[in-house]
Amino acid sequence: MAYSEKVIDHYENPRNVGAFDKNDPSIATGMVGAPACGDVMKLQLKVGENGIIEDAKFKTYGCGSAIASSSLVTEWVKGKSIDEATSIKNTDIAAELALPPVKIHCSILAEDAIKAAVEDYKSRQKAVTN
Amino acid sequence: MVNYFSLFSLTESFDIDLASLSRTYQELQKLTHPDKFAGGSEQQKRVALQRNSQVNDGYQVLKAPVSRAEHLLALRGVELAHETQTMRDTDFLMQQMEWREALAEVDSAEQPMDVLDELNDTVDEQQAALKQRLSSLLGQPSQGNLQEAAESVRKLKFINKLQREIAETEERLEA
Repeated sequence: MAYSEKVIDHYENPRNVGAFDKNDPSIATGMVGAPACGDVMKLQLKVGENGIIEDAKFKTYGCGSAIASSSLVTEWVKGKSIDEATSIKNTDIAAELALPPVKIHCSILAEDAIKAAVEDYKSRQKAVTN
Repeated sequence: MVNYFSLFSLTESFDIDLASLSRTYQELQKLTHPDKFAGGSEQQKRVALQRNSQVNDGYQVLKAPVSRAEHLLALRGVELAHETQTMRDTDFLMQQMEWREALAEVDSAEQPMDVLDELNDTVDEQQAALKQRLSSLLGQPSQGNLQEAAESVRKLKFINKLQREIAETEERLEA
């Protein structure tokens, strides 16, 4: 199956690969996996006190489309507020990367990774205020 | 949906006798082989071909534990085959991530084969534990048990992928 140019670009030059210290209180971590293909994705957000995402890093074990989807969302979430980040839809990711129907689940995984990281952020905030 | 357990005259269970499955497969293969119907009508040929492909599909499904469990769940109304649902079990996924990182770094280890063997054993242990759990859950198919069994099947899929990758790395290192 042919990958789109954008997928190949992200796959060959993935943006923001790596990890933050998960014990740093400003770091939120989202872990998700796709049982159908066995892909695993970790997305970490560095959130400022104003609730704006300052930086993002990812680590994905999976196919080119899964790596490209997570690489793309690390670029997209930077500078966004937590709530703006959760409005990123898998359809936006799939359209940007021109993913074929069989690879749509990769974009769903990336969307769910943002949601999981945001949930982690919110539960941490709650723990701090309580 | 074809019930492959009845096709192979087996009781619907996760624990099956693989030798008996294999024997029944050979018999059914002979009985439904298209060559047997070479002189028959178009209708007979079509039916035989359909039966023959069911036998082949069924054998593949029942032979492997994960697809066998999936089939059992599907027969009980829990459809897993085409789901695009995301898994969110953080502890399980973190563990998967660590193992895949270890596998990715195996080349830089002093004794890569030892590292691989150890990783293989650990992963096999988790797989065995999940299969055992699956067997007991599917043996008492309440709604709650079926959902938990589905989650075990999802986990086994990640483990199978990891095992394939370990095997590929092993082959590459041995080459």
